[in-house]
Amino acid sequence: MTTAPLGLTKAPAPGLANPVHDAQCIFKAAMNALARPGTLQTLHVTNLTAPHPLPRTMAALALALLDYDTPVYLDTPLAKSRDVVDYLRFHTGAPVVDMQADAAFALISTPEKMPPLSGFNVGTDEYPDRSTTLIMAAETLTNEAGPLLSGPGIKTTTQLNAAPLAPGFWHQMSANQTLYPLGVDVLFASVDQIAGLPRSTTISLKEA
Amino acid sequence: MSADTQTSLSPELETRRAAMALLANAPEETLKAAWDALDTPPAHTVIRQPETGLVMVRGRAGGTGAPFNLCEATVTRCVVALDTGETGFGQSLGRSKAKALYSAIFDALLQTKDWSEYVETHVLQPLNTATQAAEHQTREEVAATKVDFFTMVRGD
Repeated sequence: MTTAPLGLTKAPAPGLANPVHDAQCIFKAAMNALARPGTLQTLHVTNLTAPHPLPRTMAALALALLDYDTPVYLDTPLAKSRDVVDYLRFHTGAPVVDMQADAAFALISTPEKMPPLSGFNVGTDEYPDRSTTLIMAAETLTNEAGPLLSGPGIKTTTQLNAAPLAPGFWHQMSANQTLYPLGVDVLFASVDQIAGLPRSTTISLKEA
Repeated sequence: MSADTQTSLSPELETRRAAMALLANAPEETLKAAWDALDTPPAHTVIRQPETGLVMVRGRAGGTGAPFNLCEATVTRCVVALDTGETGFGQSLGRSKAKALYSAIFDALLQTKDWSEYVETHVLQPLNTATQAAEHQTREEVAATKVDFFTMVRGD
């Protein structure tokens, strides 16, 4: 006699092959990305299979950073995908929220259509750490062009260019910096690299 | 692991629950031997690698009182998917990752048409027999040392 499957009709994609070690490597890359804004950190996660349309690097960051304590906001293409929602819920247990302001993390797969940054949680004066960290997909991520960055963690200045982005993104990010110590933090994730843009970084829009 | 087991389940789920309970209580060596005995081990993917954590065990005084937190117990869990699509869950007390993995695979195999009979006869039934024999032996040993206390009426 065969037994019945539970509610799970389709198995989610496998998680990290070596959960402790892999998650630590990913966390270290994310930590270094935010400690040294603009630097490109390489993630070695080629063996991870993420459900479409969630990019692999974003999936890796999500598996390492999310847990049941961190409400996560998904942009429209991700939220519409049953596979992605099931995958994140199964592996991380993070509650998926509709309101950007409720989110501790936001996964943005199509940055060119993302909602304004001002809609996300910037934290409170008592707890500036309770803000949203955005994880944004990037097709290209380079240090070759783009706005000049300076501030803590950057020796002189550096440049960071991510594409695609929403038209007013850099202006919004610049406005975000003026809220310091409040504000959101951003992690860009390309195919195999990540870069951080914390709220403390000053953005100069005049290209060098 | 909820203390509430009042919910009525379909017969298939009841069977599965019983099978999972047997697998969870089985010795690791037995499950390993059963797995090694398979001529053509079915292809599978580990969805959630075996991981060890704590669960809160809750109890009710006398079985009917208000639930209270009794203690934490070490539990290892694992989830696998067969290449044919069935998903199997394994959970057991203790830290043996191999046991959780074998339990999950056998749970998945039980849901397939090709394997369920084999697992039923070659894994579950022997386990069931062994468990019952062990319980019977314990009962006999306990019964042999049974002491009746009685009090003489004093005075009068």
